[in-house]
Amino acid sequence: MAESFTRSEMLPPLPPPVTERGAIKWMRENLFSTPLNIALTVLGALVVYWLIAAALPWWLNSVWNASSLGECRQIVEANAGPGATGACWAMIRERWHQFLFGFYPPPEWWRPILAFGLLFAALAPVLFAGQKRNLTIVLGGVLVYLVVTLYLAGAPALPFALSLVLIVGMLALAQIQPGRLLWFTLLYPALCFWLLWGGSVWSPIVAMAGFAILYAVFRLASPLIGLAPAAGAGIVVAVVWWLYLDKTVVDLLQGVLPFGLQSINSDQFGGFLLAIVIGVTGITFSLPIGILLALGRQSDMLIVKSLSVGFIEFVRGVPLITLLFTASLLLQYFLPPGTNFDIILRVIILVTFFAAAYLAEVIRGGLAALPRGQYEAADALGLDYWRAQRLIILPQALKISIPAIVSTFIGLFKDTTLVAFVGLMDPLKGVTQIVRADINWKGIYWEPYIFVGVIFFVICFGMSRYSMYLERKLKTDHR
Amino acid sequence: MAEAAKMQVSDEVAIQITNMNKWYGQFHVLRDINMTVNRGERIVICGPSGSGKSTLIRCINRLEEHQQGQIIVDGTELTNDLKNIDKVRSEVGMVFQHFNLFPHLTILENLTLAPIWVRKVPKKEAEETAMYFLSKVKIPEQAHKYPGQLSGGQQQRVAIARSLCMKPRIMLFDEPTSALDPEMIKEVLDTMIQLAQEGMTMICVTHEMGFAQAVANRVIFMDQGQIVEQNEPKEFFSNPKSDRTKLFLSQILGH
Repeated sequence: MAESFTRSEMLPPLPPPVTERGAIKWMRENLFSTPLNIALTVLGALVVYWLIAAALPWWLNSVWNASSLGECRQIVEANAGPGATGACWAMIRERWHQFLFGFYPPPEWWRPILAFGLLFAALAPVLFAGQKRNLTIVLGGVLVYLVVTLYLAGAPALPFALSLVLIVGMLALAQIQPGRLLWFTLLYPALCFWLLWGGSVWSPIVAMAGFAILYAVFRLASPLIGLAPAAGAGIVVAVVWWLYLDKTVVDLLQGVLPFGLQSINSDQFGGFLLAIVIGVTGITFSLPIGILLALGRQSDMLIVKSLSVGFIEFVRGVPLITLLFTASLLLQYFLPPGTNFDIILRVIILVTFFAAAYLAEVIRGGLAALPRGQYEAADALGLDYWRAQRLIILPQALKISIPAIVSTFIGLFKDTTLVAFVGLMDPLKGVTQIVRADINWKGIYWEPYIFVGVIFFVICFGMSRYSMYLERKLKTDHR
Repeated sequence: MAEAAKMQVSDEVAIQITNMNKWYGQFHVLRDINMTVNRGERIVICGPSGSGKSTLIRCINRLEEHQQGQIIVDGTELTNDLKNIDKVRSEVGMVFQHFNLFPHLTILENLTLAPIWVRKVPKKEAEETAMYFLSKVKIPEQAHKYPGQLSGGQQQRVAIARSLCMKPRIMLFDEPTSALDPEMIKEVLDTMIQLAQEGMTMICVTHEMGFAQAVANRVIFMDQGQIVEQNEPKEFFSNPKSDRTKLFLSQILGH
């Protein structure tokens, strides 16, 4: 029988029923719900207990003051009885600087320290674009860091004062025009290069002038011959500048106004200084190259497309160590005789290419995830290819790919330890080997790896948290 | 009201399509299309799915490439010349079935992006224009939200406003109401009717026959990539000539 029904009034929305929440309820539901779960919970608890029971004494018996591994062991046995084991952190206490700087001369330690602090000052305007509060926090942190570490490292007064003035100036600028801080980010690579390797102050300035020349040629020529040819002409002029005029101009200026830092050779770099230099440079340059490769792979132009595909597939198909050996050995054969291409630079170039190939595929995934309608809407509004890419397509594609991009970055940073294979002093193998070659620390095993591992973890975990923050910040789809 | 609007049709030709053919691979999707649209004319294209009606209007702003024949939009012929394509695209607005708003930008940014980057309009002026058109589609209060926060009907009205911000001389509508709930169709159609009354040259692919009767000067019926019949709406609906048209009309009006 059909029942007729008419609603006389609409129901108001009600809050959902309050579910009971409590530790006991949670445990019963999650840990002890079935006999199998009870068994697994007990087993899990036992495994955790055994792990702690095995490792805890070693941590508790840590020794921080000793001059050799033997002395460490004596102290442990004296404190905890014969046969007891304990960590010997005294080694870290004595050799920490090699893990951080390699053989960088101690009086010059302030230079990598300063470069590291300024790295964050340069990154902040990119990572927290226009966000006054976060910028102020980061720059304030850098200021405190620099005051403390530069004082401890005994930095000369002039650079000490200059860098503090710089950071205070940036703090002030962050309050008024945070966008302008990006200028420092642009200048930072040259500054960092000069701080770390030293030499004449003119070489980074003249090198950066190459970019200014590139831009000037591009701006002057683009109304006359169009965008792409103007960009090509700019690049040609800049390359000529770098290859043929750079050195002459530097020597000339150095003759007039001699000013510079003590030169430090690449073989004195080591430890985390090396890992971070390679990692940060690789990350910075692999992203734009990866984007271009991903776009190239989707291009309609046959040559661009096949070059991109060829590059990506070749680099991805070869182990990184092969590329590193190429960097250290083979590249010399292909370059004109007499060119001495710095080994760190060579390694950076190949690590960058390696990461770029992976990034290209990651970004291609992001591009493929965008609905065709986005391309069509951009076209229909009359945006040209590059504007459509820059304003519509890439912001969305990159946002989709953030987790995978950051994974690639983390992978790249950890892969920097592989430079040990071409004789560079990476923190994990290179420095540890040097430490263990010392008769005092022969046989030390866990401690250096734990120390290096913790630092790697902190840096990689930081990147991972930042990527999650960025994903939340950019979430605008409200799905 | 609609009659008054029809008075504004001029003799000036806005779009001229002559002997146009298009293939997808081996498939002959548009066959010998000939069509002239005068300035101020409002044309509704209907037909069964797969008849090539969307492809036809997508050829008009070169989202699809035609292989034979000639398409002249506002005196500019569509060829492989990118400059001509960009010129035509900035004169021709397009509204899509799935809105295609940019989800990473606010409504206001969606509206100002093309005027700022293509027309080089100063930001402030572009924002004023955007707010004007948002008021016109009756959602100025949504300017700072993201597309994902709006209903389908609101998104489609934003999409119409986005096209209008480029001050187009011709508007193309590709099934603008097909992805909407019935309750939202009206608000979008109202916006389109208002636009028609202001004398905009419009080509709409739609199944909204009420809309066709209210504002169209001409209804074009397509099947199998060809124009089967075209006539003014009264005649088209009351007295269709071809059997294929009769069958189609009985199917969409029959329930």
